Amino acid sequence: MIRVVLPPHLRNLAQISGEVSVDISGAVTQRRVLDAIEERYPMLRGTIRDRGTGQRRAYVRFFACAEDLSNEPPDTPLPARVATGEEPFLVVGAMAGG
Amino acid sequence: MSRVRLLVGTRKGAFTLTADGTRRDWQVSGPHFGGWEIYHINGSPADPDRLYASQSSSWFGQVIQRSDDGGQSWQPVGNDFTYTGEVGEHLWYDGTPRPWEFKRIWHLEPSRTDPDTVYAGAEDAALYRSTDGGQKWKELTALRTHESGPRWQPGAGGMCLHTIILDPVDPDRIFVAISAAGAFRTDDGGATWQPINRGLRSAQIPDEDAEVGHCVHRLAMHPSRPEVLFMQKHWDVMRSDDAGGSWREISGDLPTDFGFPIIVHAHEPDTVYVVPITSDSEHYVPDGKLRVYRSRSGGDEWQPLTTGLPQANCYVNVLRDAMAIDTLEDCGIYFGTTGGQVYGSADGGDSWAPIVRDLPAVLSVEAQVLP
Repeated sequence: MIRVVLPPHLRNLAQISGEVSVDISGAVTQRRVLDAIEERYPMLRGTIRDRGTGQRRAYVRFFACAEDLSNEPPDTPLPARVATGEEPFLVVGAMAGG
Repeated sequence: MSRVRLLVGTRKGAFTLTADGTRRDWQVSGPHFGGWEIYHINGSPADPDRLYASQSSSWFGQVIQRSDDGGQSWQPVGNDFTYTGEVGEHLWYDGTPRPWEFKRIWHLEPSRTDPDTVYAGAEDAALYRSTDGGQKWKELTALRTHESGPRWQPGAGGMCLHTIILDPVDPDRIFVAISAAGAFRTDDGGATWQPINRGLRSAQIPDEDAEVGHCVHRLAMHPSRPEVLFMQKHWDVMRSDDAGGSWREISGDLPTDFGFPIIVHAHEPDTVYVVPITSDSEHYVPDGKLRVYRSRSGGDEWQPLTTGLPQANCYVNVLRDAMAIDTLEDCGIYFGTTGGQVYGSADGGDSWAPIVRDLPAVLSVEAQVLP
C-alpha cells in the first residue's frame, strides 16, 4: 500500500480528504504511483503532469523521506519506506507566489 | 418575476450573485474553486442552468468545470486541450519565433441553441469546440494555422484568444479576437478564417495598417444587427458596419480611448458602453474617477456615467471580460474591477450601486436572466 499526500487544491478537485492509498504491483516508481492516482481520479490528469509530454508541471514538486525527488527519473524506484507504506509520497505545490 | 444571476470569475475563485428583477438586494455565493483563477464562467443561452467555468492555476494547469443546476454543484469535465497537427511557431515579445504552448482557457462561449456545444478560447491562441458538454475538446485548427500565424505575437496579458462571438443568424459565422493578432472571422464553420482588421491603426507595430498584429481587446455585437461590430482596441474604439470588412474610429470625445471591455445595450443597438483607462502604461481609470462612458449614437459622442461610482481616489481597472448586460426591460449593466468591486445599474447606466465590494480582483462577469 503506497500512501500519497496531495496538495489541498488537488484534494478539493478530486474531493479527497486526507491521504490516498494505492496498490502497485511490481516496482514502485513515481510514474506508476501517479498513473494509479490518475486512474482512480481522472480529473487530476494534467494537473500534476503535462497531459501531452507526461513531464512534471514546473510548479509541482515530489518529496519523500525528507528528500526532494522532483528531478529523479520517473521510472526510478521510490525509497523502500515509501514502497512499504511507512512514509508517504508527497505531491507539493512549489512555494512560489500565489 | 424574473431573476438575475451574475457569474463572476476572480483571481481567487468564482462567485454567483443573484437578485430578483428589481436588482436591489443581492445574495452572494462563493468562493467556488477557492484559490484558483477563474478566467471565465458562462451560461448556456439554451439552458441557463448549464454553466461552464474555466479554472486554472500556474501550479496545476487547466480544469474545466460544468454545472447542470445553475451552480449548485459542479463536476470537472475534459481538460485535454491539444494543438492538432504541427504546432508551429509565433513571435515572442522579443520578436523571435517561439512554439505555441497551451497555458489556459480565457473565454468559454456556449452555443446559442445547444447546451452541450461550447467554444473555448485559449492562450496560446487557439479555438476549441466541445459538442459533449465539455468532456472532449477539438481544435478548430484552421485559425491557428492561418498563414499569418507565424507573425502573431502576445499582448501584455499573453497571446490569448479572448473573444468569441457566434453569429445569431448564420451558424457558420464566428468572430474571434486575439491579443495581439487582431480580429478574425470564419464564414464556413471554422474551415477557413480571414483577418478582419482593415481600418485599424496601431502605432505599436512596424506597419500601422498591417493585416495582423493589432491588439484587439474586445468585440461586441447586438444580436439584431450582426453586421455591426464594436471594438475596444488597445488604443481606439472602433466600429464596423460590414461584419469586420472595414473599421472606422468612433472614439470621438472620450477622455482616453484606451480600455478593455465594450458592450452594447440589450434593446438599443446603437447604445454602447466603454470604460476608459488612463493609458497602456497606467492601467487604471483617469483622474481617480471611475466613469463608464455611454454613446447613444453608435459612437463618436460619449457621455460619462458617474452616479453612484467613486469619483475620487479610485485607481482600478476593468478587464475585457468583466462587463455584462442583462436583457430585462430596463437593461441592467454590470462590471467588476481589479479592486474586487462589482457594480450594477438597473437603469441602463444612469445610476450605479456596488453589489459587492471586496472580492478578489475580478476577471469576468456574465449576466443571466432566469425565469
